[in-house]
Amino acid sequence: MKEQTLHAAEAGSPPGGLREGVRRAFLRHEWLRAYTLVSPTLILLIVAMAAPIGVLVGLSLWTQSGMEFDRTLTLANYETFFGKKIYPLVLWRSIQISALVAFATVLLAYPLAYFIAFHVQRHKMVWLILITLPFWTSYLLRVFAWKLILGYNGVVNSGLTTLGLIEQPLEFILYNVTAVVITLAHAWAAFAILPIYVSLEKIDRSLIDAAHDLGEGPVMTFLRVTLPLSMPGVIAATLLVFIPTVGDYVTPKLVGGTTGIMIGNLIQSAFGRGANWPMGAAIAVISMLMVTLAVCVFLGGVKGLKKLLA
Amino acid sequence: MPDEAFISILDVSKHFGPVKAVDRVSINIAQGEFFALLGPSGCGKTTLLRMLAGFEAPTLGEIYIDDQPTASMPPYQRPVNMVFQNYAIFPHLNVYQNIAFGLRKEKLSRSDLDARVNEALALIKLEGYGTRGANELSGGQRQRVALARALIKRPKVLLLDEPLGALDKKLREQMQIELRQLQKSVGITFVFVTHDQEEALTMSDRIAVMSEGHVLEIGSPEGLYERPRTRFVADFIGTMNFFEGRVRAREGGKIAVDAERVGEVQVPADDYDFNAGDTVVVALRPENIRMRPGRPDLTANMAHGTMSNAAYLGDRAHIYVQTEGSEQPILVAMQNLDGAASSATHGERSVALQWSEQAVLLLRPE
Ligand SMILES: Nc1ncnc2c1ncn2[C@@H]1O[C@H](COP(=O)(O)OP(=O)(O)OP(=O)(O)O)[C@@H](O)[C@H]1O
Ligand SMILES: [Mg+2]
Repeated sequence: MKEQTLHAAEAGSPPGGLREGVRRAFLRHEWLRAYTLVSPTLILLIVAMAAPIGVLVGLSLWTQSGMEFDRTLTLANYETFFGKKIYPLVLWRSIQISALVAFATVLLAYPLAYFIAFHVQRHKMVWLILITLPFWTSYLLRVFAWKLILGYNGVVNSGLTTLGLIEQPLEFILYNVTAVVITLAHAWAAFAILPIYVSLEKIDRSLIDAAHDLGEGPVMTFLRVTLPLSMPGVIAATLLVFIPTVGDYVTPKLVGGTTGIMIGNLIQSAFGRGANWPMGAAIAVISMLMVTLAVCVFLGGVKGLKKLLA
Repeated sequence: MPDEAFISILDVSKHFGPVKAVDRVSINIAQGEFFALLGPSGCGKTTLLRMLAGFEAPTLGEIYIDDQPTASMPPYQRPVNMVFQNYAIFPHLNVYQNIAFGLRKEKLSRSDLDARVNEALALIKLEGYGTRGANELSGGQRQRVALARALIKRPKVLLLDEPLGALDKKLREQMQIELRQLQKSVGITFVFVTHDQEEALTMSDRIAVMSEGHVLEIGSPEGLYERPRTRFVADFIGTMNFFEGRVRAREGGKIAVDAERVGEVQVPADDYDFNAGDTVVVALRPENIRMRPGRPDLTANMAHGTMSNAAYLGDRAHIYVQTEGSEQPILVAMQNLDGAASSATHGERSVALQWSEQAVLLLRPE
């Protein structure tokens, strides 16, 4: 590096050809190397993410008139959104359901991840593969499977009836929020287990010994050492489940009934049967902003909690 | 053996599958003692310490601490604290929080807590470091935080697992003295693991030398250095020349041994029960051998040789002397008194070696 610089100073202004110049710039500037490394991803990100979002925002400022777009820029769609009670209500409920799904998934995933990280001595890989096994079947098949399990004449109801535990099939388990939460929590399980497992696996076991040594029993050791140190995994898992769930529309449609409707269903119908693309775009933009807001609130909450515990 | 044992390790073994990490160890440690476990890597020191702390249960045997059997006592109920081999500083907490970690149960007021932690910070000379993150500390600072974190609990026994391993020589020597002073002033029993024999010699009241899960010898630093009973201990603590030999006669209060390379060796007979014909190992410390130039006639406890190699170490020199008909040199250590070592390393090549009867140690061959 130093030699290189000295060389350059010696050589004066005429550089040793273009290749030499590029090479020298590379060696000298860390950021140049970094950007070159990420450039393929960066280009893809700009083309496939930033551009569509730009188009989406643009589209949301137009209006639909019959079969045509009215291209005057207006906030009319946004006014409609907040004017009609149904949109904010469904969006709010989507966020609630997603939060519930994320919470339930992480809560169920944590013990399993903990078990594999701390108590499985050999064949951890086998356990991890077994956990991802359900993902080898299609997402739709899994949702349909839940429909079969939870349905009016499904596995749960017929099982309980045969056992004589209930007389009438339970109706509250399908076509509502509960069914959506159960189905999605199952669908996302592996996405939650893996990051939590990784963060638990990374924890130095002597830290747990140290906490015991300093007088803390198993519960307080978990709360004061294991949980805070696995927080990155928990946060990653929560976001990995929460964000895609807000936009999901297949599961609510298949098992959610009327009370399980989510914002994704409204966007889908605006782009589909409703044939009001600008409105759909506006809903999408708002829900994106709301998800961002929710994530910020969540991260802020986690930060506050950390301060409180330490 | 101290008459009153504060820690009693009774015939304890720990097996990991086929590995006998600790094999039938019995040690008694007195209250307020500075006790060192010394041995090469993998000899079971950490395992023994972890059994004292309660992280591992003995496969066989029983450990008593302060007259309490410990078999059913989890680590968090034992009156012992540990400084871990890798320090185990909590990475998500700062220095203050790390040190205060063990005080939660004492339910101190904010000001009492501050006072205790600041006292501990002063003890380890890290005043003002309270808000530093755990990852912003040097190795030596981490070690001191680990020490403060354990000491603040005011345990009856402090277990230290090679706590000075990561420090440079100067800091290590300083910390050795500080630790020793600290131990005297707080009066806590220290059980100290190290594989550095010099460290064990400087710091401890007594040392247990371990090898492959066994305790070979327990004794004071002087005792182990000057009168080791096994070849392993003689070799592990300090440096030692060994010569295979056979007892020729036992008469007139002397044992006469014919040894390879050094010829006849005479030793006072009182200390040994060897008889004529026994094979023995003659052990001789390099610093107990006097060297002078020339080739005088040989009597007992003398040898001839030529200097083959010399290592100048500043305060002393290590000189390798080759005897006739042998590949293996004899190591002689020479104090650098008025530059004696530096002139010796350049001096006469043919030399005579001599030592006193008291300097010779006879060991049973293994
Ligand atoms: N959890 C374990 N499972 C299996 N074997 C183990 C376990 N812990 C230690 N051992 C084995 O027991 C023996 C003693 O290990 P120990 O850690 O006590 O050595 P040590 O004397 O502390 O060594 P060092 O000076 O390198 O720290 C080693 O052979 C080690 O491989
Ligand atoms: Mg060790």
